[in-house]
Formats: sequence, structure tokens, C-alpha cells
Amino acid sequence: MSQAPFYVSPEQLMKDRADFARKGIARGRSVVVLRYDQGILLLAENPSPTLHKIAEIYDRIGFAAVGKYNEFETLRQAGVRYADLRGYSYHRTDVTARGLTNAYAQTLAGVFTTESKPFEVELVVAELGLTPETDQLYRLSYDGSVIDESEHVAIGGQADAITASLKGLATSALTLGEVVDHGVRALAAATSGPLPTSDLEAAILDRTAVGHRTFKRLDDAAIAALRED
Amino acid sequence: MSGFSPAFLSSTSNSFVELARSVAPETLPIGEGRHLAEQVPEGTTIICFRTASGILMAGDRRATIGNMIASHSMEKVRAADDFSVIGIAGTAGVALDLIRLFQLELEHYEKIEGARLSLHGKANRLASMLRGNLGLAMQGLTVVPMFAGVDDSTPAGQIFSFDVTGGKYEEHRFHAIGSGSGYARGALKKLWQPALDPEAAVTVAVEALFDASDDDSATGGPDFVRRIAPTICTVDLESGVQEIDTATTLAVAAEVVERRTRKAQS
Repeated sequence: MSQAPFYVSPEQLMKDRADFARKGIARGRSVVVLRYDQGILLLAENPSPTLHKIAEIYDRIGFAAVGKYNEFETLRQAGVRYADLRGYSYHRTDVTARGLTNAYAQTLAGVFTTESKPFEVELVVAELGLTPETDQLYRLSYDGSVIDESEHVAIGGQADAITASLKGLATSALTLGEVVDHGVRALAAATSGPLPTSDLEAAILDRTAVGHRTFKRLDDAAIAALRED
Repeated sequence: MSGFSPAFLSSTSNSFVELARSVAPETLPIGEGRHLAEQVPEGTTIICFRTASGILMAGDRRATIGNMIASHSMEKVRAADDFSVIGIAGTAGVALDLIRLFQLELEHYEKIEGARLSLHGKANRLASMLRGNLGLAMQGLTVVPMFAGVDDSTPAGQIFSFDVTGGKYEEHRFHAIGSGSGYARGALKKLWQPALDPEAAVTVAVEALFDASDDDSATGGPDFVRRIAPTICTVDLESGVQEIDTATTLAVAAEVVERRTRKAQS
């Protein structure tokens, strides 16, 4: 006869899982996503040139993540599969960040409540609108909760500090160069200190891009040219 | 649990076609159709040759159903991705679907893997997609593509032709496919030279397609009334795929027509 399990209240169970996920996320470095006048900038502190935290999901949809690499990589690939299949079955314009965010939220919430361990990740799904007013930024947490932001959003261990330092800033009125500066300064202030360009990963969703794919990675030279500090 | 379908999370493939086949086979072009060949738009001439900087591919714009012209403005040469082009001859519906699927296959691989396929890799993927289409080809809905492009290991570019069974063949100078290909290839034999500069290359392309449209009823010539010019795409490592604009092509076509008119009347 197996022993009867100890009773654990649902509150305690959820709290333990949330603490576990939060601890995992807090260990990693942060990512910040900011709108600018001609698009959306995704900026991460990431010394690795190959293991990306920022990626292209679809024509106008970008993805940024912090936490455990294998977990957010699985989610990124699932997002690409979802978007490509939807765009192929219907039309490229029928792939929306809202639909993708819902799928992420459902999957994260399902894993959080039913699997033995929650995903230790936080995500941002950003959609570049045809006009600046229709830009969308969604922040997803490890438990599947979704928050939509209007100007900028930060995720990761130092998210609160970054958000606090960008508070009140309407980045959508600024140019890319100004927004890069604000983003880098906020990342640097929240972490150890000055950030060399080689420790940054950046990409933009560019409203002025020709063709249907608007996602563009910025290499070190491009980031350095945009930085003023 | 809703959210992503389990296959999205557990799949290990970077191929969109494999994904679609397992998750949503109804979206793929498979069908039961017999003796459809007489009712579906087809016909074409696509030419492709090496130039000084890379590759040029061009195609006419006509689609026919039997003796009827189904379309004056079909685009049969498209960019497959930033550094390769695909041109298709054969049944229009299946051909356009194949182009769309192939473009997505390359984009999907690039996004999942974070790197582009090599040029040979792209050609092999296209060959295996054609093999998957063999059932339709046996019913008369044949599609024959031509694929060309550049990559870092082959900056001068490569041209691949295919047959309906998925056979892949590398072409070294120039090639043409479609119902007017014989005439176009004849023209290219006389006009093509190694290392053609961009302007000369466009002229050669227009001349070859003009010859094809002259003798093949399923190939359309430059249309000065509707301002429809053959599609011409160039590929090189520096600027990727670039489409020559209609005005430029029509201006070259006007020169060709003028030259030939003079010759015919002298």
C-alpha cells in the first residue's frame, strides 16, 4: 500500500511553481522591446552571437524571450510553425500577433498547471502594424498571463528596474537612434554597468522595409552606428 | 489543452511541407482529377542564363487553355528567396501552388534553423517536392520548374532544370523550358555569350522570348497595348534578386521590334 500523499493546498502549489519559474527567469539577462517612429526595436543583452533571444516569427511579427534556452526555443519554433501554416492555409495577412499570443498563453498556462515543472520563460510578441497606431506589444509570463503594452516592454530578471527607468517615455515618437540609446541605457543601468556592443543583440521590425518580411537583424556595426553613448 | 497543437511543440522537422503533410494535409495540393489536362491553363517559355554578375531568368506572361488565352499577365518567374529565383512551366494552378509552397519551404527553414539552405540544398528540396507531385503529373497536370541562384560557395550562380519525376540537372550556360523552349534555346545558342553585361543580358532575354512567342502560340510577346512585359529577374551576390521594371523591359522590347521591322523591310 502506498502512503497517502500529504495535502498541499492549491494556493501553495501554484505559489511554489510560480516561485520556481520566477527564480529561473531572474537568473537570466533582460530583453527590452520598444516602439519607435518607423517600427519596433527588439534589444537584448546577449553575449552569444548564435543563440538568439530575438527572432522572426512572421512578416510583421517578432519574438523576444528570456529564461531557459531550450524551452523558449521550442516555443519559438512552435510559433513559426503556427504562423507559416496559418499563412499558407489562409493568407499572409491572416497571421496576427493576437492569435499567436493566445496560442502561447494557452500552452504556457497548460504547462504551468498540468506538467511537473512550469516553463521558466517570459516572452514578448510584437506586431508591426501597417500604421503606428496599430502596433501591438504583448508580454507573456510563465503562467500564461498576458499583458499588452503601448510603448515599451521589458522581460527578464531586471524587467522591473528597466520598466521603471523607461517610465513615462513615449518611445513611439522617437527615432531609432534615440530609442536604441534609451534601450541600451536602461539595460545597462539595470545590470552590471556599461554594455559593449558585442554583448547586445538587436533586431527591428521596419515599417519602411520593401517586401513582405519586415524583420531585420542589426549586426554589431549597425548597432554601434546607432549608439551615441 | 488548447494552445499549440502538440505537433508544433514536438516536431523536429525544419521542412514546412513535412509539417503540413502531418498536421494539415488538406492544405496541400493533392487531388483526384482525371483528364483535367485539357481544361487547365498552361503553356510558357522560361529562359535562364549566366551573366557577368550572376544569373538572369525571364519568362513570358501568357497562360492558355487549349486555343484560348486564359491570362495575359501571369507571373511565372518569381523570387524563391533573397538569392534565388524559380520559373515554372506547366499547369498553372499546380505551378503557382508549387511556387508558393517552395517559397514558404525556404522561408520556414530559414526561420526555424536561423540560416539559409545552400543552393544545392534548395534545389534538392524542390526536386523532392516534385517527386511528391508525381501523382498529379501522371494525370496530366505536369509542372516543370527551373531554379537558379547564387550563394556564398557559388557566387557565379548555378542553374538547375528538373523533370516531372524530380530529376535534377545542372545547366552550365543557358537553358529554356516550356512549350516555346525550342525556339528560345535556338535563339540563345546564337545570342548568348559568356559574361554578358546587365543591359546586353536583358536584350538577349527579350530577343529569345520574342523568338519563342513568334513561333509558339502558347507564349506571349511583349504587349505594348496593355503595357505587359516579360518578367525578367536577375540574381547576384551583391544585390540579391532584382526584378527589371516593366518600363525598362518594354523600352528594350520596342528597340528589338524596331530593329526587326527595319530588317524585314530592307
